[in-house]
Order: sequence, then C-alpha cells, then structure tokens
Amino acid sequence: MTRQTIAALAAALRDGSVTSRSLTEASLARIEAQQEGLNAFITVTGDAALAAADAADKVLAAGAGGPLTGVPFAHKDIFCTAGVRTTCGSRMLENFVAPYDATVVENLAAAGVVVVGKTNMDEFAMGSSNETSYFGPVKNPWDHERSPGGSSGGSAAAVAAGLVPAATGTDTGGSIRQPAALTGITGFKPTYGRVSRYGMIAFASSLDQAGTFTLTAEDAALLMNVMAGFDTKDSTSADRPVPDYTAGLGMSLAGKRVGVPREFFDDGLDPANAACIRAAIAELEQLGARIEEVSLPHIGASVPTYYIVAPAECSSNLSRFDGVRFGHRAEGATDLESLYKLSRKEGFGAEVKRRIMTGTYVLSAGYYDAYYLQAQKARQLIADDFRKCFETVDIIAGPTAPTAAFRLGEKVDDPVQMYLNDIYTIGVNLAGLPGASVPCGLVGGLPVGLQLIGPAFGETAVLNFAHQYQQQTDWHLKAPPGQA
Amino acid sequence: MQWETVIGLEIHAQLATNSKIFSGAATAYGAAPNTQACLVDLGYPGMLPVLNGSVVRKAIRFGLAIDAEIAHRSVFARKNYFYPDLPKGYQISQLELPIVGVGHVDIVLEDGTTKRIGVTRAHLEEDAGKSVHENFDAETGIDLNRAGTPLLEIVSEPDMRSAKEAVAYMRKVHQIVRYIGISDGNMQEGSFRCDANVSVRPVGQEEFGTRAEIKNLNSFRFIERAINFEVERQIDLIEDGGKIVQETRLYDSDRDETRSMRSKEEANDYRYFPDPDLLPVEIDAATIESIRAELPELPDAKRARFEDEYGLKPDDVEVLAGSRQLADYFEAVAGATAAEARLAANWVIGELSGALNRDGIDIDSTPVDAPAFAGLLDRIADNTISGKIAKEVFEAMWQGEGSADAVIESRGLKQISDSGELEAIVDKVIADCPEQVQQYRDGKTKVIGFLVGQVMQATRGKANPGQVNQILRDKLAT
Repeated sequence: MTRQTIAALAAALRDGSVTSRSLTEASLARIEAQQEGLNAFITVTGDAALAAADAADKVLAAGAGGPLTGVPFAHKDIFCTAGVRTTCGSRMLENFVAPYDATVVENLAAAGVVVVGKTNMDEFAMGSSNETSYFGPVKNPWDHERSPGGSSGGSAAAVAAGLVPAATGTDTGGSIRQPAALTGITGFKPTYGRVSRYGMIAFASSLDQAGTFTLTAEDAALLMNVMAGFDTKDSTSADRPVPDYTAGLGMSLAGKRVGVPREFFDDGLDPANAACIRAAIAELEQLGARIEEVSLPHIGASVPTYYIVAPAECSSNLSRFDGVRFGHRAEGATDLESLYKLSRKEGFGAEVKRRIMTGTYVLSAGYYDAYYLQAQKARQLIADDFRKCFETVDIIAGPTAPTAAFRLGEKVDDPVQMYLNDIYTIGVNLAGLPGASVPCGLVGGLPVGLQLIGPAFGETAVLNFAHQYQQQTDWHLKAPPGQA
Repeated sequence: MQWETVIGLEIHAQLATNSKIFSGAATAYGAAPNTQACLVDLGYPGMLPVLNGSVVRKAIRFGLAIDAEIAHRSVFARKNYFYPDLPKGYQISQLELPIVGVGHVDIVLEDGTTKRIGVTRAHLEEDAGKSVHENFDAETGIDLNRAGTPLLEIVSEPDMRSAKEAVAYMRKVHQIVRYIGISDGNMQEGSFRCDANVSVRPVGQEEFGTRAEIKNLNSFRFIERAINFEVERQIDLIEDGGKIVQETRLYDSDRDETRSMRSKEEANDYRYFPDPDLLPVEIDAATIESIRAELPELPDAKRARFEDEYGLKPDDVEVLAGSRQLADYFEAVAGATAAEARLAANWVIGELSGALNRDGIDIDSTPVDAPAFAGLLDRIADNTISGKIAKEVFEAMWQGEGSADAVIESRGLKQISDSGELEAIVDKVIADCPEQVQQYRDGKTKVIGFLVGQVMQATRGKANPGQVNQILRDKLAT
C-alpha cells in the first residue's frame, strides 16, 4: 500500500480485500523505513495500533463500523493521548504522559481509526518550518533538503509520503494550510470553535483550531463528520448542529461567486506560484463559478496583529510549565525562583522564548493599550473585511503560501522572513474562518497550494469547492518522487 | 494635629457551591490535601475552564441585595503571576467588566445613626491553592484543594473613618451574604475574609494619604485590631517626620502588629487580559428579574418590619434579625404561640440563644424546634407554669424529655392555682413565721417578699407568685 484515500481504504476494508491489520502493518513498516529520512513521527505506538487494528477487523467482520473503522491514522503531538506521551515538540514535555484523551482523539477513536503514532511539530506549534521542534526538523517528502512547513509538518509529511492516509493538525496562523501546500496535500482548518480544543495543548487560545491532513477534500469531510461538534468541556466550542459534510460535496459550482482578494497578489508572491493560483481560479471558472476581485483593505495588518495577539496569549498559556507539577524540572535549583528560571530556560527552545518575551512585553503595564488593545482593534477590522466580502461572494480563493517549500535553514535565523510565510493564512485565523489548502500545481517540482476561505461555519462550501476542483484536476494525486 | 482615618475594604466571600468555579471538583472543606483538585484545577496541559453557572446567579443575588447595577455583559480576565500554589500561572478573575457594579450598604454607627458605605464593584474569581510549610523540612508542600474555589470579591469605596465602622461594614456584608444564602461566611475556614486599605490624613484635608493594604484578615476582632495598630503606626511615623510608603502588610495576631510584606516597587505587573478560554457572561433583564424574585427579605427590611409588626425594641430586633435562621425561628414561634410577641422575643433571645451558644449548636439543628418552643410559651401565657418553672421545663425539653406539656406532667410542675390548696399553704406559712408577720403588720410591707418566697418554697415553685401575693395580702390585712 502507498498513498490511498480513506474513502478507497474504507471500501477495500468493507469488501475484504484488505484488513486493518495488513494496512496497519504496512503503515508501521513505511513509518519505520522513512523515519530516519523524514523524521515525521515523535512517538510510534506499534503494539497499541496492531491491537486496535485487530479490534477493528472484528468490528468489520461483524459488518459493523463506519468509514473510518480500521483506517491507520496519526495525531499531531499536540493532542493529549491517555497513556502515550504528548511532547508538543518540546523538551519541556519530553516525558509528559497525559492521563486523558483530547476530545478530538476520543471522537476519532470512537469512529474506529487506528492510531499508529504522534507526529512531529514545531515546539508548542510555534513555527512555520518545523525547525523549532526539540526532536529535530521534519523533511519535506518532495525534497529532503526542504521544509515541509509548520507547525504541523510531521502530519503533513506523513500523509504526503503515504505513511498514513490522514492525520490531525492544528492551525493557529496557518499551521495546517501552509504545510499542506508545501507537501502537496489537502489541509483543512474549520471555523474557530467548530472542533473542541479540549486536550489540545494551547498555543494561542483565541486562534487555535484543530483540523485535518488528507489526500482529498472528501476524506477531510469524512473526518470532519466525527471531529466537529459542541463539547461541554470547551466553552468556546460552537453549540450548533453539525451537518453531514460528505452530503454537501455534490453541489455544482455553477453560478457560485469566488472572490479573489487583490491584496493577495502582491510583490511577496512568487510569480510562478501566482501563475498556478491564477490557473486554478480559471479552473473554478470553467466549473461555472463567477470570479470577482475583492478587497481586504486591512489584511496587511494581519501579520503584526497576529504577532501581538498570539504571543500575548502564549505567554500566559505557557506559564503553567514551571517545573512544579509536570514537565521538565531542572536539577540543581536552589530556591523557587531558580527552579522556575532553570526549568523554563532548559525546557523551552529559542522561538518559544522569543514569543513568551514578546507576549509578556505587549501585555505589560504601559504597553497594553499601545499593543494588545490596538491589535484587538485591528483584528476586528480584518474580520469585518472578510465579513463584508462574504456579503457578495460564496468563497474567497488565493494562494496559501508565498513560495513553494523553502530550504531547511534558509529562514531559521530571520524570524520576520519566517513569519511572512504565513501572510495569506493568518488573517483567516484572526477572523476565525474555515479555510483549506488544496494542491494546484508544481513549481520546480514542488507543490503549490490554492487556499479556499469560507464564511464562518461555511465548512460545507469550502469542502465542496475543494472537492469539485479535485474532481476536475489531478494535482492532489501527484505524489512526491519515489512515494507514488 | 488631628488625624482622620480612611478605610476601604476588599472582602472575599467564598460562594457556597458544591463544585468549583471552573471545574467539577468538590469544594468541601477539610479534605485530605490534593484530593479535591481535578486536572483543570491542576492546570494540566490541554485543560479548559468551564464556568459554573450557579456562581453567576449568586453574584447577581448579592448585587441585587446591595442595590447595585448588574452588568449585562461581564468578562473574565487572566491575572498573571508565578506562584507555586497558582497552577496555571494565572488567576482567572474579572478586571474591566465585573459582574456587579456600583452599590451600597448601610451601617448603623454607635450613636444610632445610619451611614451609607459605597460598594465600588464585586467580581467573580477563583481562589488559589495553599502552600504548606509544616512537615516538609526545608521544602514547601502544595495543597490545591482550594484552587478554583469560587470567590466574590466585594470592593468598597474608601468611605469608612474608623476601625469600628470597618467592622460594622464587614459584619453587615457578612449578614447579607448569609441572608441571601450565597456564602456560609465561615471565617475560621477562610470563607469570609478581607484586605483593608488604610490611610490617614489631617482632619480637613481632602486628598487621601498614602495607603497600606493589610492582607487576609479573617476575624472581626483582628480587623479592628489590625486597623487600629496600622492607624497608630502611620500617625506615629508621620509625626516623627517619616513618610508612609504604599505597600502590602500582614497582620500578626500573636504580636498584634502589622508587618511589611512587599512594597509597591516590588509589586507584580499582573498583565491582565481577557481570558480567551471563556466567553463573556451575557445576562438578560429577565434573568436578573427572576433572581430578584427569589431574593429573601433583607436584614434592613426585616428589622423595620419586626419593630412595626411585633412592637419589638430596636435592641431585640438587632439580635433577632441578625441571622435569617434566628429571625425565621422567632417568626415561627410568634406565629404559633398565644403568648405575646415580646415574650416570644425575650425567650428566643434569652433561653434559646443562650442554650445554642452554651452547647455550640447551630440553630438549624436545635433540639427544641419552633412549634415545641411555642408550646412552652403557651403554658406561660395561660399561667400553667411560672417563668421560673418554664426555664426548668425548657432545659428538660433541650435534653430531649419531650414537649412542654409532657415535661410539666411528668415532673409535676403544673402551677397550683387551686386557691383552697394555696390558702392552706399560706395559712401554714403565716403560722410558721410570726416574726415576719408582725413586721408586716408594723408597716414593713417589704417583708411580704420573704413570705411569698416561703410559699413558693413550700410549693417547690409551682404556685403562681401573683396569686400567692394576693392571698397573703388579703390574709394579713385581716
């Protein structure tokens, strides 16, 4: 088995041509073979996976189970898993074993997925290249010299390389869409609040949202059917009905309106990438959609706004890692103050420290109004821009990232260059909207992603647009060299 | 120079809920360390707070009881600081948009006049855990049972001008929170405590002096002592040419003094910001009105009604209305007995309260309930027993010997009102005490008391003293 969709595997599992055990063994074998090359996983749970596969086979043999039953699967190592360590890509949590499952993990387990392991990620999801991981960078399956993007780089690489058919990710500023674009797969970030954050280690609580990595939009819809929903354990989760996302995939795009923000086609966008995006938009037009130029006048403020809001929240969210109750505790502390300082100095990497310091600064007395409050106002303006656009269009289309995958080490010493990689994705998080990245071309042998953005709780529209596009094109079927 | 004291209080009232403000863990007092702290309270990675709706209703109850504005939208904020007993590294509190806005509480001063104390705001927050220093050698233990316990912080205006006023205000707020059932007010267990902001200024000066904040006062006596000590310290310091520094001080009750904890310069920058894990609390007018409809009669209204309806003296009303339970008990007794309300008040304040205090029993578990107590008063009212005998009957009832009638019957305490029987006893006393009888007839009428006493003794208290007196006078007059 190599790259296969959940939909195809579900059919094969049902007609008996494969078993969950055989799929799981194949997945584990591919992970093992490619771990050294890709470094996509932090923890592999082979024994538990095989046991779960056998259980799934029994369910399937009895004619029961759903479309996810027995499908090998991976979780980004930001989701707490009972009994299996959850590192969040950090030395701070190198040996942390949560005593409970995240709601996302629980819901997917109940739907029968077979979890083969936990994927590598930027430390505490802070990064756009996977280079901030304490466990080393993930390599892009298309070119091992290049980054798979971040922060969910491990999940993206694992799906792109066919190690698993699907995986979870989280997206705070583009951490699903950007790696999906850079690895040539389908990444989906739902509306803020659509999927529970319970058990997902917080980076920036008002922006964090769980989502999926799959080969197709149809697979994303299958996963969303079990991941979405209100959770009494997360006050910010949306208490509204969950539609059947797969049922919404058959709608024609004829007459649908696609907004293309002029601000997205700026100097920062690589011309070759821009050409791919234009071609993809033309394809949508071929499918009957009407293309309109729209404007997001405040979108230029999204990166600076984000780099105030997200660090502010993270500086507070990460205060609990103090060496007292869980996580890394430094040896040789002589008093309380030194226990805090040493544990945090040793436990956190440079990027995490940079953001904690930035966040602490912008929340400080005397700076709060100038930074944090201003950022909240800017955030509102950005959200209003999107809202106004959706008064006239059904979907917004544009690039996911300014360039195809960049070289490892290329931006690691220049945080601002790194942050600009998320220039097209961050506004969507600030506005809390659903967004997807779907493969739409190759530039120099590297994938390019088309970003599709919907109105709040417009998951069905985003997934349907992506699905219709994938019915018409085969970019999503292109596998990295040697991985087909 | 003449100095004026200026005091403002921040009262922390623990809200009486079964579970914590943001988690399902229990809040019972006195459990073994860390047995009432769940993963939310421990600040585990991935854990999220979920607001306990009953704390919101309780806060609104308080707001309505002090005639305050209730915020239709209030916001929880994070107060960030590092401390071992603060698991998340921040406390969830409210800063800019508290649930309860401006209100007021009236207190009665020593001279009987009423003074209005302004309440700036009251907001919801979670309590922290506790550091335990005993039994840990050079290390510190952490007990997180208290972490996440719901608190209502009630902030007053700097309207109090003496320690006595501060105590009167604190008592009044204590009474209100207990009346409306939002807090048990147990000060030993820390359910009701305050921080006092104290400053002094020359009489006539408008500007406030620099204040010191005395932390964690948990008894009425300590509040008064701590403030008085602090006022003296500040006046002495200024008169000696010194300067007050803004600082946090701790009251040491063993030494009866306040000590500096940290100065303003060392104070934390708490970096407050709205908690993104919690939605703003939206409260509509209908909810507020439904809570208002549930409010019991408040202390001030009850006092006025007791004076008016029962004709009671202000001092008695003060005691009876002091707690809702005592007031309810009194009203139940007054409504059930044929005796006058004043007699009922005297007996509730005297015998009942005395016995409760003596045995350390809460009125809710009194062995003599209101109907039984009313039955006792009925027997006084219909002259079956004297007041003195009634005390004996009450004590027997307290010890579980049954109703007033049962005790009177079994102990044979029924008053002798048969005048024939009494006259025989009186005759015998007159015969036995010729000396006193002579004195009476010589005009020393006061001696009649002795003779009545002799009759009472002979009847073991069962005679009606008034009746005995009358019979004696009649007989001695002839």
